[in-house]
Amino acid sequence: MKCDFADSLLQGYFDGELSDRRAAEFERHLGHCDHCATELVELDWLSGRLQLTQIYEPAPASLRRTINTHLHPVAPTRAASQPLLWQWLAAAAALLFIAFLLWRVSPELRSDDYQAELADEIVDAHFRSLQAGHMTEITSNDERVVKGWFDAKLKFALPVRDFARAGFALNGGRLDVVEGRTVAVLVYEHNGRPINVFVWPTREPDTSPHTGSRQGFQWVDWRKDKMEFCAVSDAAPADLEQLHQLIHSSV
Amino acid sequence: MTELELEDRARFEQLVLPHVDAAFNLARWLLRGRTDAEDVAQEALLRACRFFRGFHGGDARAWLLQIVRNTCYTWLEKNRPVELSTEFDEEIHLQASATPENLAIAGDDRERLILALETLPPRFREVLVLRELEGCSYKEIAAITSLPIGTVMSSLSRARRQLHSALANPTQKGAVREV
Repeated sequence: MKCDFADSLLQGYFDGELSDRRAAEFERHLGHCDHCATELVELDWLSGRLQLTQIYEPAPASLRRTINTHLHPVAPTRAASQPLLWQWLAAAAALLFIAFLLWRVSPELRSDDYQAELADEIVDAHFRSLQAGHMTEITSNDERVVKGWFDAKLKFALPVRDFARAGFALNGGRLDVVEGRTVAVLVYEHNGRPINVFVWPTREPDTSPHTGSRQGFQWVDWRKDKMEFCAVSDAAPADLEQLHQLIHSSV
Repeated sequence: MTELELEDRARFEQLVLPHVDAAFNLARWLLRGRTDAEDVAQEALLRACRFFRGFHGGDARAWLLQIVRNTCYTWLEKNRPVELSTEFDEEIHLQASATPENLAIAGDDRERLILALETLPPRFREVLVLRELEGCSYKEIAAITSLPIGTVMSSLSRARRQLHSALANPTQKGAVREV
């Protein structure tokens, strides 16, 4: 008999793609589900055969040679035009110095990398919550109930607002981990689509919203009053922008 | 050096060249042959050189494999459109098997595995190769194939099921072996 867990969790468990919590839940299930236990053995058998048979084919030496030749063409050497070593060193030092100045003077230039990494982690966390079908640890549309639940667990005061009248209904919240720290997640629903709003304290100055998309999910990130917010969803960018406006003007 | 400045070249060598094996392996399994794979992997690497200025950090392997995959599909569309357009027919693929040397060294088990893998549709074969041989996460596979993660997961699941039944049922055509 086919088991419901098999489709949603078995493969993710086998590939190590589940959160610890979901993995533990699946292991409990595994203890009394013959179907999943059998399928797991089969996955393991198949994977074992693929690994053990050594069918990975490394690149032939000729391919490496061709690429190397392309990267290092034999240039016509003219002794007179060869710059001296110290000229190279001076140029390199100047470049390093400029890079250092840019890095120091304008932290804005660094923010792209930061945003990209952050977006990766947050989209991952959002995806895990969807995959696990486990969005909320506290399920309530009552601002005070949700806030009370967070206040008991967080070291910072989390602003909690329901925007049901504007079409963004509060569904509850949970704790999640992003970049190694615990963050609060407020879960909203808009036109049947879940939106996760990740919130954590920051020391950085306020920013206007940055937006982006990854793997079909949209995100918008901004800071206000020592708090950083990142809303992520597969909803339309305009919807996320609307939610950003609602939260931004309420805190 | 036409396309890359000195500085970029060093970065390219440091970030991209370690993944030449991965590039070749993916091409080899998508094209089902070493000779075509070498040509196409080479073309993909040269394209990667050309586009390297557009790479702003992140996962260099996924970035390269994305280019390799696109180059492979373009090549298949041009040279073997049947493979991409028709429903998969074992007859087409059983003829293009592993090289004689491989067969001589490896014997039945290896040969059967290679055939079974090559008999999968390309879209299934690639997720399986990326996951099982390359060790990519779902997220990386999604980035390489430009597919949503949900589609990656369902393709992987179906690919595994098909490969499993092909291997568990060794005499695919003809005689039925007693269990």
